[in-house]
Amino acid sequence: MTTTESRGFVGTPVRRREDPALLSGEARFVDDLVVSGALHFALVRSPVAHARIRSVDTTAAASMPGVVAVFTGAELAGDWLGPIPCAWPVTADMKNPPHYPLAVDEVCYAGDGVAVVVATSDALARDAAGSVVVDYEELPAVVDLEDASSDRALVHAALGTNRAYTWELIPDPDAVERAFAEAAHVVSERYIQQRLIPSAMEPRGVLAVPEPFGGNLTLYASTQTPHIVRVMVAATLGMPESKLRVVAPAVGGGFGSKIDVYAEDLLAVALARRLRRPVRWREERSENTQATIHGRGQVQHIELAADAEGRVQAVRVRLLADMGAYLQLVTPGVPLLGAFLYHGVYDIPAYSFSCTAVFTTTTPTDAYRGAGRPEATYAIERAMDALAAKTGIDPAELRRRNYIRAEQFPYASAAGLVFDSGNYHAGLDEALSVVRYDELRAEQADRRARGDRVQLGIGLSSYVEMCGLAPSRVLASLNYGAGGWEAATVRILPTGKVQVVTGSSPHGQGHETAWSQIVADELGVPMEDVEVLHGDTAVSPHGLDTYGSRSLSVGGTAVWLAGQRVLDKARAIAAHQLEAAEDDLEYTSGAFSVRGSPERSLPIQAIAFEAFTAHNLPDGMEANLEASISWDPPNFTFPSGTHVAVVEVDTETGAVRIRTYVAVDDCGNQINPLIVAGQVHGGVAQGVAQALFEEAVYDEAGNLLTSTLADYLVPSAADLPAYTLSSTVTPSPTNPLGVKGVGEAGTIASTPAVMNAVVDALRPRGVTDIVMPASPWRVWEALEASSGETDKEVGA
Amino acid sequence: MIPAAFEYRRVHTVEDAVAQLGELGDDAKLLAGGHSLLPLMRLRLATPAVVVDIGRVEGLSYVRDEGDQVAIGALTRHRDVEISPVLREMVPLLAHAASQVGDPQVRHRGTIGGSLAHGDPASDLPAVVLALGGTLVAQGPGGRREIPAGEFFTGFLETALEPGEVLVEVRVPASPGGWSFQKFNRRAQDWAIVGVAAVRRNGSSGVALVNMGSTPVRARATEEALASGASVADAAALAAEGLDPPADLNASPEFRAHLARVLVRRALEEAGG
Amino acid sequence: MRYWIEAGQVTGRGASEKGVPMRVQVRVNGVEHEDEVEPRVLLVHYLREVVGLTGTNVGCDTSSCGACTVLLDGESVKSCTLLAAQADGHEVTTIEGLASPDGTLHPMQAAFREHHGLQCGYCTPGMVMAAVSLLAEHPSPTEAEVREGLEGNLCRCTGYHNIVKAVLAAAEAAPAPVGR
Repeated sequence: MTTTESRGFVGTPVRRREDPALLSGEARFVDDLVVSGALHFALVRSPVAHARIRSVDTTAAASMPGVVAVFTGAELAGDWLGPIPCAWPVTADMKNPPHYPLAVDEVCYAGDGVAVVVATSDALARDAAGSVVVDYEELPAVVDLEDASSDRALVHAALGTNRAYTWELIPDPDAVERAFAEAAHVVSERYIQQRLIPSAMEPRGVLAVPEPFGGNLTLYASTQTPHIVRVMVAATLGMPESKLRVVAPAVGGGFGSKIDVYAEDLLAVALARRLRRPVRWREERSENTQATIHGRGQVQHIELAADAEGRVQAVRVRLLADMGAYLQLVTPGVPLLGAFLYHGVYDIPAYSFSCTAVFTTTTPTDAYRGAGRPEATYAIERAMDALAAKTGIDPAELRRRNYIRAEQFPYASAAGLVFDSGNYHAGLDEALSVVRYDELRAEQADRRARGDRVQLGIGLSSYVEMCGLAPSRVLASLNYGAGGWEAATVRILPTGKVQVVTGSSPHGQGHETAWSQIVADELGVPMEDVEVLHGDTAVSPHGLDTYGSRSLSVGGTAVWLAGQRVLDKARAIAAHQLEAAEDDLEYTSGAFSVRGSPERSLPIQAIAFEAFTAHNLPDGMEANLEASISWDPPNFTFPSGTHVAVVEVDTETGAVRIRTYVAVDDCGNQINPLIVAGQVHGGVAQGVAQALFEEAVYDEAGNLLTSTLADYLVPSAADLPAYTLSSTVTPSPTNPLGVKGVGEAGTIASTPAVMNAVVDALRPRGVTDIVMPASPWRVWEALEASSGETDKEVGA
Repeated sequence: MIPAAFEYRRVHTVEDAVAQLGELGDDAKLLAGGHSLLPLMRLRLATPAVVVDIGRVEGLSYVRDEGDQVAIGALTRHRDVEISPVLREMVPLLAHAASQVGDPQVRHRGTIGGSLAHGDPASDLPAVVLALGGTLVAQGPGGRREIPAGEFFTGFLETALEPGEVLVEVRVPASPGGWSFQKFNRRAQDWAIVGVAAVRRNGSSGVALVNMGSTPVRARATEEALASGASVADAAALAAEGLDPPADLNASPEFRAHLARVLVRRALEEAGG
Repeated sequence: MRYWIEAGQVTGRGASEKGVPMRVQVRVNGVEHEDEVEPRVLLVHYLREVVGLTGTNVGCDTSSCGACTVLLDGESVKSCTLLAAQADGHEVTTIEGLASPDGTLHPMQAAFREHHGLQCGYCTPGMVMAAVSLLAEHPSPTEAEVREGLEGNLCRCTGYHNIVKAVLAAAEAAPAPVGR
C-alpha cells in the first residue's frame, strides 16, 4: 500500500454500500426472481435412514392437479455423466461411493432424494410429492461414529467397510515417542465435536432458465461458489461449460453450507433441459436440515506430553471424523484443514496426527464455518486447560510459557507449515487487561469460598488459523482437485468510472464495500466511482469463490494487483503524453504529474479517456485501461488471537450465562474495521452456539430429531451477550495488503473459550468435561456424576 | 411448507361457530390467532378439511373487572392480557406470564382462549390458570357451562370441551398478593423445559407446573404440604411427587423433576408468605 | 390476479371451498389490494407472489425465525403464521413500505446501516420490522429489553451485537411514524 497515496478509505469504518438494497427489500434472493412460466419442483425424500428401494409408484402423483412431470432416480439415471462431485480424494485409496441426485436402488440417509415432481406451483409440486408411493426395505442404520468404525453394520455394503480413509501426519514418530516417554506430565483427553447444522437464514434455492434457442442455460443459485458450480454441473451433466452461466444473486448466508454442488442444482438443470422450461426449487427449512450439509462431527483423542514446567513437548491426536452417508464436494478434506493446527499457538517440537473418516447413515457433512480449524483449536485449547489443572499452573501463565514467541516468525511448525507472522503474547496481554483477569480470579475464589449457588468460570482460548486458501501447490500436495488462486479485473471506463470484477463471491461479507475502499485508495478516485461486479460467471468467468476466510487475502489482493497493472499502463500513457520519463512521474490524488512541475499533470480519468480514444498512445500500446490477474498466494495467512469468556453457572439448574466476552483478534491490516467487528461478532455467536445451544441429534434409527428451528436451537439476541472487542495488528508478509482474514476467527476461538469457562466454574466440584452443547441438563448431569452430594445441597 | 388444501369458513358469532362444529364434527378445526394450529398445518402434521376462523367473532376480546374475579374473553390476545391495567393490578401473575409466552409476534396474534383450548402441557398459560384456580366458560349447542380449570385438562392436547363447544371466557380470581412465574428454557422464544406458576394469598397457595406431565398439572403434594404448614423448602422438595414428566431433547424426566423442585422453591420464595 | 387456481370459481369473501380461491382485500403499504387466493395461502406468500413484494423473506416452517415479520395494523406478526384470509380487511406494512417515497430510509433502516446491523441481509427485513414494532411499544428500551424484544427473530451473521446497538440508537433518535 506504500506505492500510492492513501485517500483514507482503507482502515476506516466506511458504511456498507450493500445495505440500502438489503434494508429496503430491493435486493433479490433466488426465490425473489420473477420468471414467467417457471415450473416448480419438489423432491420425494426418504423418510428412513437406510433402505433398499423396492419400488417407486408415481402414477397417483402424475395425475394430481398441476403436475407436469414426475421422475424417479432410475428414469433420470441417464442424465448424469457422473455422481454428485467430490473434489478432494485425500488419499489414493479413499472410498467414495457414488451419490446421484436421486437414489436408484438404495437410500443411505433420511432426506436422500428418491423422486422429483415438477408442477405449476410449489404447493402443487409438494402436494403431489406426498402422493408418490415408495416401498422401502429397511436396512440397519449406523449413527454413532465408534459404532460405525467397528463395521458392525455397513452403510455401503459394496465397500466392505465404513472407513473412507485414514490420513496421517507424523513427521517424526520417534520424537513423539521420546517426548511422551520423558514427559513429566501427560494429559490424555477425549472430546466430542457434535454435529452442527449450518442454518444460513436463507435456505437454498435454484432457478434454471433455458434460453429458447442455442441450448444456453442460466442457473441462478443460492451458492457461495458460482464458478465451482458451473464447472461441476457442466461436467456432471456432460454439457459444454460455455453453455452454462451460473449466477449467485443476493445470497442469504452460507457458512460453508453453500459451497457444495447439490442434487437440486443438477436436477434443476437436467429438468430445465428435458422440459425446455424454467424450473425452480425453494428449500424448506425442514429440508435444509436434512438435505444441506452438516458440519463438525468428530471424536477427538488428544494427548500432550509436557515437562515439569508445563512446556509441551509433543502433541498426539487421533480423530474419528463423520463423513455422513456420502462425500460431498470437500467432505473428506475438512479434517485436513485442521490437521496442521493441533499444536495451536504453541511451540511444540513433536507432532502426530491421524484421522480415520467413517460413513454413517446420516446427512453428509462438509465445511462449516472454520472447517477443521475450530475442531483443532477446541482440542488443543481444552487440553491446555486440562494440563493447567494437572500442573497447577494458571491457564494464562501456561499459555504464555508455551506460545511461539514473536521473534520466532516466520515460524516453521513441527507439522510442516510456515507461520507468517504473529504476536501471541501481545494478544493475551491485551485480553487479560481488558477482561480484568486478576479481579475475576479474585471474585471466583471468593465465590468458591462462599459456596455460591452461582459459580464463576473464566475460559481462555488462544487460536491461530490458516487462511488464504491457498497456495495451489500446497493444495496439490493434499490431493485437492483445484487451485487456490483468485482472479480480478480492474478497468477504467471512458468516463473515468472504475469497474472491479472479482472472482470471489460474497454472501454477506461486504466485498463491494471493501473492494471499493481498496481500489478507490489505490487509484485515488472517489469510492462512488468504483463499481464491484461479482457472482455471475458471465461477468467474472474466472474465480474460485468465497470460503475459508480467503476473500480478502487472496481475492482482495488480486484486485489490488490488477489495479497496480492498470496504474502501470496509465503511467506509460501519462509519460507519453506529458513527454516525461515514467520515473519522473508521481501519482497523487488520482493524477500523474511531473515531479517538480505540478502543472504538467494528467488525472486518471483523462488517461482513461485517452486510452479509449486511442488517438495518442505510445507505439504498440493496446487501447483501453484494463488489467486482469489471477493471483496465487505464496503461503497461507495465519490470523490469531485470544478470547476470554466469563460465565456464570447456576449449580442448581445447570444454566450457563455468559457475563462477559472479550475477543482480541489479529487479522493483520484491517480494510474496514466495521466489517471486521461484524465478522467477529457473528463468528463468536456461532461458536458460542456450538458450546451452549446447537446439536444435530439423530436417534438410533437415523431419524434427525432436530429438523426444524424449533428443535435446532439457533440462539436469538435474548440468548447471547454483548461482546467486547479489541485487536492487535501484525501485518501479514504473505500479501501486499498485509491482511490475514477474519471470517472464521470468532467461531474458531469462542467454542473452547466458553467450554473452558464452564468447566473452570465447576472444576472444584470435580467436573472435567461436559459434552457440547453444555445444556442445563448436561451441566446438571455432570455435577450429579461428579458428586453424590450435589442434589442434597440443592434440593433442600 | 404451505398447508394442505382446506375449506375456509369465517364466522362472526359464537353461535355460528358452534353450529359449524356441530355440522362438521372432527373435520373442522377452530382458528383463532392461529399460533397453535398453523405451525402444525405447515408441517402437514394437521390437515383439517375445514378451518373455521373465529378470529373475528364479536365481543370475545375483553378484560373485565368483576370485583373478586376478572373475566377475560377467549379471543383476548396475549399482548392485551400483558398490558391490561386490570390484570396488572388484580392478577399480576397472569399479566406477567402472558408477557413470557413465545415472542412479541406470537403475543400479537396468539389468544388466551386458543392457548388454553389447545391444552398443551408445555404452554405457560394453562399452568397459570390452574395455579389461580380459574374457571373456563364453554358455549355449546345447549348454552354456556363453567368448567373449573382443575377439570379442564384431561389428556395430552385434550380438554373437557365437548366436540361442539367453543371456549368463550376465562375467569380468574383476583390475586393481588404474592406470586411468581418461573420459566426455565434454553432459548427465550421456546416453550419452558419446566415452568412454575405460584400464587399465595390469605395463607393458601396455588402452585402449578408447565411441562411436567401429559397435561398442565398442579403440584398437589407441594400445595398440600404448604396447607399443612410445611416450610417452603420441605414443600418444594415434593414438587414432582406423583408426576410423570416427559423426556425430550432438553431434559430427562429426572432432570425435570429436579428442576421442578428447584423452581418451585424459588417461586415460593419469590411469592413470599 | 389469480393464484394457484386449478378449478372452480371464487366464492367471495369470508369463505371458500377446498382449493377454491376466495377474495381478500388487504391494504399493503397504503395501497388497497383486492385479490383471489386459495384459503391455504399464507400471508407471506400472498405478499411475495400476489402483491409482488419480495422483501419479506421466509426462513423456516415453524414460526421460529421471524424473517417473515411484517406489521399487521401496526404490530409485528409472523406472516408465515397467518393466512392471507386472516389479513382480509386489515392493513399490512412490509419492509418496502418503511422508507419515504423519496427513498429516504426510515430511521430504523438508517440505524441498521450506520451500526452495521446486517450482513447477508436475509433476516434484515423481518428484524427491522420487529424492531419498529418494539419501539412502538417500548420507546426507550434498555439493552436487555431490546434483546428480549427481538427474541422471535433469528440472525446467523451478526451475533446481534450491532443489531441491538442499532435499535438502541434508533430509540435515541426521534421516533418516526410507521408506514402510511
